[in-house]
Amino acid sequence: MDALILARIQFAANISFHILFPSITIALCWILLFFKLRFNATGDDKWMDAYRFWVKIFALSFALGVVSGITMSFQFGTNWPGFMEKVGNVAGPLLAYEVLTAFFLEATFLGIMLFGANRVSNRVHTIATILVAVGTTMSAFWIIALNSWMQTPTDFVMIDGRAHVTSWLGILFTPSMPYRLTHVLIASGLTAAFLVAGISAYRWLRGDRAASVMAALRTGVYAAAILIPLQIFVGDLHGLNTLEHQPQKVAAMEGIWETERGASLRLFAIPDEETRTNHYEIAIPYLGSWILTHDVNGEIKGLNEFEGNHPPVAPVFFAFRIMVGVGLLMLAVSWLGAWQLWRRGETGRWLARGLVAMTFAGWIATVAGWYTTEIGRQPWLVTGVLRTADAVSAVPAPIVGMSLAMYLSLYAALLATYIFVVFFIARRAGEPATGEKTPGGLFAPDPSIARFREDR
Amino acid sequence: MWSYVTSADALPIIFAGLMGLSILLYVILDGYDLGVGILMRGAEPEEQDQMIASIGPFWDANETWLVLGIGLLLVAFPIAHGIILTALYIPVAIMLAGLIVRGVAFDFRAKVHAEQKYLWDQAFFFGSLLTALSQGYMLGLYIVGFENTLMNMTFGLLCGLCLAAGYAFIGACWLIMKTEGELQRKSVRWARIFVWVTAIGLALVSLATPFVSARIFEKWFTLPNFLLLAPIPLAAGALIIGLELLLRKMPLEGDRYHWLPFVGAAGVFLLGFAGLAYSFYPYVVLDRLTVWEAASAPESLTVILIGVVIVLPCILAYTAYSYRIFWGKVRELSYY
Repeated sequence: MDALILARIQFAANISFHILFPSITIALCWILLFFKLRFNATGDDKWMDAYRFWVKIFALSFALGVVSGITMSFQFGTNWPGFMEKVGNVAGPLLAYEVLTAFFLEATFLGIMLFGANRVSNRVHTIATILVAVGTTMSAFWIIALNSWMQTPTDFVMIDGRAHVTSWLGILFTPSMPYRLTHVLIASGLTAAFLVAGISAYRWLRGDRAASVMAALRTGVYAAAILIPLQIFVGDLHGLNTLEHQPQKVAAMEGIWETERGASLRLFAIPDEETRTNHYEIAIPYLGSWILTHDVNGEIKGLNEFEGNHPPVAPVFFAFRIMVGVGLLMLAVSWLGAWQLWRRGETGRWLARGLVAMTFAGWIATVAGWYTTEIGRQPWLVTGVLRTADAVSAVPAPIVGMSLAMYLSLYAALLATYIFVVFFIARRAGEPATGEKTPGGLFAPDPSIARFREDR
Repeated sequence: MWSYVTSADALPIIFAGLMGLSILLYVILDGYDLGVGILMRGAEPEEQDQMIASIGPFWDANETWLVLGIGLLLVAFPIAHGIILTALYIPVAIMLAGLIVRGVAFDFRAKVHAEQKYLWDQAFFFGSLLTALSQGYMLGLYIVGFENTLMNMTFGLLCGLCLAAGYAFIGACWLIMKTEGELQRKSVRWARIFVWVTAIGLALVSLATPFVSARIFEKWFTLPNFLLLAPIPLAAGALIIGLELLLRKMPLEGDRYHWLPFVGAAGVFLLGFAGLAYSFYPYVVLDRLTVWEAASAPESLTVILIGVVIVLPCILAYTAYSYRIFWGKVRELSYY
């Protein structure tokens, strides 16, 4: 394999691993804030118990996000020097603002959030939680702004082969940015909601009937049930926006080769780039045009209009279907769960098992969605400005292969450990709190609780 | 004033300064927590918990200075970023592996079975050591110009060892400040050993740089520069001797001046950094690329500068606030 494809796999591996953790932490921190505010308002210990349990998982996820994020910042230089040389004037300030306004804020106040409970007042502790939540969301804002600019670049001129900015406001709010940002933030909400619901259901199935478990289960299921229809709506808008600005991506997502009116919706197919047709196609007539243009006879441009200038079809086509499939599953499970919780006050055992199985469903949907949009941008790194192949560094293939193998094995091990530890923490939390078992450790009674109550 | 600051002459220098500041802060701040990681090897299990607790609230933010430093290199000097990081591809990859392992080990160790905690402590130690060694190696190769000759690589390895010792030294000073009793006495012993290895490292780099580049030789060893600059190495030497004399008597009665070794260590790092910065200026890649040649467009740098002017003081303020909250001796790890 050549260095280009290895470097691409390496970047994809890094970003796929990295995105798992911010997609949890961005929204989980708002959920933590919700627990904290409920506690402040009601004084009910169950909310603080839920906070204490989930902040551990937050810290773990955050640490993995930080270390994999550092890797990303180096890879721009080690593997993709052409990127910054060509569009550094645009990308640079956005990345710099992310570090300045988000990273330091998150990292510093996370320290107070985790370790400061008995050194600061309850109010300061709540503020620290708010600042971390704001920081994680700001970080998403900047990086999605940059990504959206790479997808649909506007407001720049090329001078001597380098992009120069004409309007910063335009760079920040490119046509696809509001849709992508909303879509990503809700995706994070769903990822965190299913994580919270899944782990709580797991504890409940193991006989852990703590009030905090039920409180978290309800929070997770209700949040998911509210967010998923919103996400479907926003996803639709995002699709319409993509059709307008990147029609070749939509054509690949839908597996449409020839421009057609009244296009059918391909539920399944195996796209073949050799013959430029689909095999084993199962399709519903007119539905494709209706969904994409909201008109049964709407025209959709086919891939053949973009020959040599469109993304590889099969990965985009399948990634998109996986994302939508998981989304529909989320809709079914969260609504059924919400209905059961509302009617009976608890979920059925089978549904609880379903929630456990879907603990990390948000990851699958997020990564599949990310592949759809990123592979869908190929062969461009910055649409119409810079081809991916022109940005890669001259590092020889064997060396890239070596570093790739190192990252892959490291990430696989860490991912397995992370999932194991999350479930392990959940099992341990159900055991009676014995301070002497882990002196000064995780489950020791926390003196800060008493302090909080006096302050309120 | 602002129009001069945002001119194509001044901006690259300002950004070189900001990048230098970030790297210096990184080396001091993440230096002490990497050093604590390296020293974990010589500590008892309950001491290890205290050592971890002493850096717990800070390490995330400390590492962010590296992201800022590399980020500024990336955004302000993209061409240099490409040259440097492509040339240092392998050590960068190793350093990142080290950073990843130690970062997660820090969190995993507190959340697993007691038997496995030992394994994660090992991972924390090796990750910290690997990070320090590869950073030193990168510094060495950066100084001698990236060519992978045996001579250069040996020099890089030596720099790696010395930087790891430097981190262990400042880490020990941090522990003197944050701990008491037996662990504090142990930290004093560690500091006394590693201060000398650090001094050797400083001497090594100081002697090597003039020989790598005739330009640097002239910058230092002509009159009147020689006299004007002499205070830098002299102050570093005096500081190291002073530290040794102080450490001999530590801990003092009533734990007076428990913060002084850390400040002294930071001073040693500052002087070493100042010497190196003087040697390199105005080059960002030695004798190949000046800051002006490597810089991004002024309008982009101006936009970043506005952010820096507003946000950096806030960052420094809340960082100080965080250190104030956790000021004093480390308590039981009340982590939740």
